[in-house]
Amino acid sequence: MKFSVMVSEGPYTHQASDSAYQFIRAALAAGHEIFRIFFYHDGVNNGTRLTTPPQDDRHIVNRWSELATEHELDLVLCVAAAQRRGIVDPDEAKRNGKDGDNIAPGFRISGLGQLIEAGIESDRLLVFGD
Amino acid sequence: MLHTVNKSPFESSSLKTCLSFAKSGSDVLLIEDGVYGGLSGSAHTSWVAEALGDVRVYALEPDLKARGLSGDRLIPGIEAVGYDGFVELACANDKIQNWL
Amino acid sequence: MSGSKKFMYINRHAPCGTVYAVEGLEVVLIGAAFEQDVCMAFIGDGVFQLKQDQDTADTGMKNFSPAYRALGDYEVNRLYVERESLQERGLTEEDLMPLTWEDEDEDWTEKSSIHVVDRAQLSDLMEEQDIILNF
Repeated sequence: MKFSVMVSEGPYTHQASDSAYQFIRAALAAGHEIFRIFFYHDGVNNGTRLTTPPQDDRHIVNRWSELATEHELDLVLCVAAAQRRGIVDPDEAKRNGKDGDNIAPGFRISGLGQLIEAGIESDRLLVFGD
Repeated sequence: MLHTVNKSPFESSSLKTCLSFAKSGSDVLLIEDGVYGGLSGSAHTSWVAEALGDVRVYALEPDLKARGLSGDRLIPGIEAVGYDGFVELACANDKIQNWL
Repeated sequence: MSGSKKFMYINRHAPCGTVYAVEGLEVVLIGAAFEQDVCMAFIGDGVFQLKQDQDTADTGMKNFSPAYRALGDYEVNRLYVERESLQERGLTEEDLMPLTWEDEDEDWTEKSSIHVVDRAQLSDLMEEQDIILNF
């Protein structure tokens, strides 16, 4: 089965990122395909590599990056939501005259159409949010 | 249809709304703070238990455990499942409504 | 793309206190370009999104409510508002923004996009969908 997931809350405030991650791991373990993970609203904060949690806590951002590498996942941050919240890739940083970028490895920034496409192309779409 | 609810019934009407929408034969999965809605002996137990004839209700076991609860605190008829069970429910139902 | 799917966008948040309403509306407007079968549902505090006369000036926030009027032009013309939610909040259809669309098949007759339906009808509509997105 082909799944896509939308994550609507930021890490560390709400359990949504953790729930989405655990669901996706379980789906992959059961042999299912993950078409796309789309981060929206404060969910885009899952994709900043500047995140520095204490050593004894889980690193939610790195955990996504590692899962993406391991399973070739498509992690997409909504561009409009990301810009509002200061998450930029090198291209966006240049375009908007910012002095740096902060997107984490394995993530890419793209438009809301990617969410609609995920709905069209997947057998199931789940939303993890508040 | 699979419904998920992630809010405690003590702070939100999500579970109540979900159960009034859910058609007979639906699956309802309680996750995150939603698992508190499955507790027996609470102020909300009676109306949740009443719905059990019509819909199947599940509670995510890792979320119960994380909150110091276990399956034996659930209303009889509510089944505790793991993330693998969550995935199976998502496969078995042709659509999913996440009550956010 | 694998053909047309039925999308329902469910709105259960009030308009100003959180960003969900406006960012949800953005998804609907962008999604309209994909020519899917689209409808919106307003349940619970979501019905407040359609309240007339929203004026955010004194809060310093942007007023997004006029953007709902664009939905008709994007052929998003089925906005289902739950009757019970309106009643619980002391609202009637007259409290809502008049949102309309022009029916190409009937000589561009202007029609209302707002359909007040009861919970049982909305539950049936939900059952007909392929994809349900919540904001």
